[in-house]
Amino acid sequence: MIKVENLTKRFGDLTAVDRVTLNVEEGEVFGFLGPNGAGKTTTVRMLCCLISKTSGQARIAGYDVGKEADSLKIRKLIGYVPDNVGLYDELSAYDNLDFYGKLYDCAEEQRKDNIQRLLTMLDLWEKRDVAAGTFSKGMKQKLAIARALVHDPQVLFMDEPTVNLDPESAKTVRDFILDLKKERRTIFLNTHNLDEAQRICDRIAILNTKLVAVGTPEELEGSVGGRKTEVQLDQVDDAIMAALRRLPLAGIAADGNKLIINVTNPEKENPTIVETIVRAGGHVQTVTVAGSTLEDTYLKLVRQTR
Amino acid sequence: MRLSKSWIIASKDFKVFLKRKNIIYSILVVPLIVSILFPMVIQFAGQRNGAAGIPVAELTILLPAFTFFYLVLAGMIPTTIASYSIVGEKVEKSLEPLLATPTTDSEILLGKGISAFLPPISAILGGATIFMVLMDLFTYGTLGYYFFPNWNTGIVLFLMVPLAAVMSVEWNVIVSSRVSDVRVAQQIGILLMIPFGGIYVAGELDLINLGVTSNLLIIACGLLMVDVLLLYVAKAIFRREEILTKWK
Repeated sequence: MIKVENLTKRFGDLTAVDRVTLNVEEGEVFGFLGPNGAGKTTTVRMLCCLISKTSGQARIAGYDVGKEADSLKIRKLIGYVPDNVGLYDELSAYDNLDFYGKLYDCAEEQRKDNIQRLLTMLDLWEKRDVAAGTFSKGMKQKLAIARALVHDPQVLFMDEPTVNLDPESAKTVRDFILDLKKERRTIFLNTHNLDEAQRICDRIAILNTKLVAVGTPEELEGSVGGRKTEVQLDQVDDAIMAALRRLPLAGIAADGNKLIINVTNPEKENPTIVETIVRAGGHVQTVTVAGSTLEDTYLKLVRQTR
Repeated sequence: MRLSKSWIIASKDFKVFLKRKNIIYSILVVPLIVSILFPMVIQFAGQRNGAAGIPVAELTILLPAFTFFYLVLAGMIPTTIASYSIVGEKVEKSLEPLLATPTTDSEILLGKGISAFLPPISAILGGATIFMVLMDLFTYGTLGYYFFPNWNTGIVLFLMVPLAAVMSVEWNVIVSSRVSDVRVAQQIGILLMIPFGGIYVAGELDLINLGVTSNLLIIACGLLMVDVLLLYVAKAIFRREEILTKWK
């Protein structure tokens, strides 16, 4: 759905985005992680045809980003949630959406249906005639997301959709994104929130002007230093150690009654490890996955590229 | 360019203006005061001159000059709306989602232009109608005929006032790209009324005869040329990339 090749943006001497190459499949939730000034917003603005690219290629649903004739077509099939909600405070929630629906050429009936469906999904239907300026931050953010969806876009670009929201509002927005994922919409999500990226995204890219890494959350976690499974037993004995050594594990160490085992894919390997310990007569008290997390990976990769 | 898109944007702006009382007042109050005040001045100044009133020779200079004041208003009033319409959207960060819609830069610019142009023009023409009716009532006894309407007033109201209002809108687009505060935009935008004020004063001082059609047409041509020049500058400035990366 989104194909980007060597996409570059320079502002004078400053390179904001440097030869970024990535693909986002249809129906995928793609997370774009990076520190402030990494070029995330600039990349999204280029893909939304808001600013020009300096070089490289990008295509959305087969249309060329940067080609004047395709810009309007791209903007018609995408939805964009900027980092600032930018609503018309004087207008009601309904009028805000209605205005955008008209700009996207939605027929009146379709517009009415979409507005009602979206506001109902986001628990804002009862407030449809209330001025947006009186809404809480969370409500405004939800309304901004509804605005981006009013024309039923195939691709949704979201720039920090949960930033500055209280935990409850952030959860509502995240749950809504998960609902959109079920509808097989392609979502390009700029975020600082690693936990959010891990929970929502199918794949994540880490950007620091250049693209540092791309992969599933699990692949990224395993890409730096591997991971560890800590198994607390009531007692570690030779039979358990011998049984575990027969498994294709990267390394096993005992620390009192705790076993520390290097793993590459804890979700797949841990059940086998626990089963082996139990068969060898061990009594498992707790199992903890430790070691490299997405945060560790992110910090390490970003520091390496500074 | 699709006019329907521009009209959707302008209609939305009209809805916003209706919710902002300060904008409504700034559009209506000044033309209304001017339209009532000037005839009152003529009426009371005439009474102070005894039964003769203001001499006919003076009236035929004063009345066209007063009409010219509507040109000053056309340079001034769109400033309030244009600054809210563009700087206001910039400050409230609502320009970016608007720019992400399938509309061209020209369609957005035209929409903003319509929303900043139509309400002041309507208020000015409405005020001018009141002004002409009152003036005719107060001066008929002295002149022996109804001074308004006449061709020169038509040129001022239907040619020069729209050209001045367009100039004000274009000037405010240019100003909007360099400031990030609505009040600052208004203060700089309103500077445009200075040359119009100068022409008005020159008319009152009888340095230019604003009752002569050829003089009005020369001024109208000058306005048109400046409008075309400012349109090119405004179009060059009002581009998505400029707005998102270079506007303050």
